[in-house]
Amino acid sequence: MRLSERARDLPESGIRKFFELAEARDDVISLGVGEPDFSAPWAARTAAIDSLERGRTSYTANRGMLELREAIADHHRRYDQVYDPESEIVVTTGASEAVDLAFRALVDPGDTVAIHEPAYISYGPGVDLAGGERLPVRTRAEDDFVLTPEVLSEAGAEDADLLVLCYPNNPTGATMDADELADVAAFCREHDIRVIADEIYAALTYGSDHDSIATQPGMRERTVVINGFSKAYAMTGLRLGYAMGPAEAIDAMNRIHQYTMLSAPTTAQYAAIEALRSCDDEVTEMVKEYDRRRNYVHSRFREMGLDCFEPKGAFYAFPQPGGDDEQFAEDLLEEQGVAVVPGSVFGEGGAGHLRVSYATSMRELKAATDRIEAFLADRD
Amino acid sequence: MNDEREVLDVLTTNARESAADIAAQTGLDEEAVEAAIASLEREGIVHGYQAVVDWDRTDEEKVRAVVEVNVELDRETGYEEIADRIAKFPATHALHLVSGDYDFAVEVEGASMQDVSRFISEQVAPMPEVTQTVTHYIMETYKDGGIRFEDGDDDDRLSVSP
Ligand SMILES: Cc1ncc(COP(=O)(O)O)c(C=O)c1O
Repeated sequence: MRLSERARDLPESGIRKFFELAEARDDVISLGVGEPDFSAPWAARTAAIDSLERGRTSYTANRGMLELREAIADHHRRYDQVYDPESEIVVTTGASEAVDLAFRALVDPGDTVAIHEPAYISYGPGVDLAGGERLPVRTRAEDDFVLTPEVLSEAGAEDADLLVLCYPNNPTGATMDADELADVAAFCREHDIRVIADEIYAALTYGSDHDSIATQPGMRERTVVINGFSKAYAMTGLRLGYAMGPAEAIDAMNRIHQYTMLSAPTTAQYAAIEALRSCDDEVTEMVKEYDRRRNYVHSRFREMGLDCFEPKGAFYAFPQPGGDDEQFAEDLLEEQGVAVVPGSVFGEGGAGHLRVSYATSMRELKAATDRIEAFLADRD
Repeated sequence: MNDEREVLDVLTTNARESAADIAAQTGLDEEAVEAAIASLEREGIVHGYQAVVDWDRTDEEKVRAVVEVNVELDRETGYEEIADRIAKFPATHALHLVSGDYDFAVEVEGASMQDVSRFISEQVAPMPEVTQTVTHYIMETYKDGGIRFEDGDDDDRLSVSP
């Protein structure tokens, strides 16, 4: 069948190749997984089951159940994010849909969208599909992968129409504090740049609480904040996310959403209400466990002389073994059966690095880091 | 206590973690970890370290029971004294004073059902303060010491994902 040019031009994600290589073997310890190893909190799961037992299997309001939007609004007050549940929140099928809606609602053909790299793999293709032009902005290892006005300028982002900001970051584990965000906010105000802030890892920070660029002066009206339940509540398979922003942006996103999705999964919405209502303790426990693993992985890498800055959020470490990261990852898989994702999959800025997910049990992390140590020793 | 609390969090998950690994996980240094463990032991906060065993998977016969024990206290004898006596038996695996319909919940371990029932009828029931015992043999153990007994790895996540 003849395909659209747009579809033909859309490249296969670099993740795919490593997925296939890893699947082809059965002795693999995978540090390549981008989702929690926990299951959703039991209370959230029973809420989903209850809703099914009560026969709640119809569509919801396009924007999502009001009760859920109210719970989301309440939840975000902890980050000083204040949004009206009636007009400023739309519930989506995963943060993924929210990212797509934001591009479609905010990008005109030819608009320039600045994306800091290394970054989550969906943004670039999302911009392509919306007809925008990608402008990669390389964050630097020596800045701990924080976005700065300097690198924005270097990349020529003054002319950008839109900036995608993802902190805590996948794949680097970097976070940005209020001062660092203030600098980027000033740049955006000065050059009239709108922001899509993907904050899906907001709940997973270690040592200090998440800060949102939307709470910087003058930023709320130019920012769409995206978040979801996948990471914080270990609900990836339930496919539920949301966007918060100025009413006109959310309204536009909702108009697209009402034609393309109608409403987000109803069962998941029931689970999500319960997650927000009663699962803070479970999230705290998960964060504690991730933190122990983070410390462990980071300290093991340091011991084995593998260059790695201290990740502060999400569940990734981003060590830099140097040389060709794809080759390194392939060899590591081949020789030691450890799967990691080469950093260059996340854009050129990731070259030379590896994304190591610590969303896996301590036992596996130990075995995997031992194997990585043996691999490095063999190479020397 | 903060260091101790963090060390305790790790030990209660896996008591076999080495001091070096605990240090790596908590960000403490190894000496601090060792000091915390020593102090936890000294203060009687940590009483010991044991394997969590699924005996049903061994060839060995091992019978466990939860025994409800009712007692009547008198002026001379309190719960402590009675607990002291019940706890002394090696067959007593765990002993708790509980609220509700009975006083003590005793976890008893023996080589056979006969073994366990003999222990109860010959050692526990005859104690003058004990008015009644009810023995529940454990038929199946699904979880113990916070660990679910099942066939390991049911990780059904994709091995590599974005
Ligand atoms: C940065 C980032 N944004 C969005 C997503 C997609 O999340 P969801 O499951 O809510 O679609 C992911 C998932 O890996 C992610 O890492």
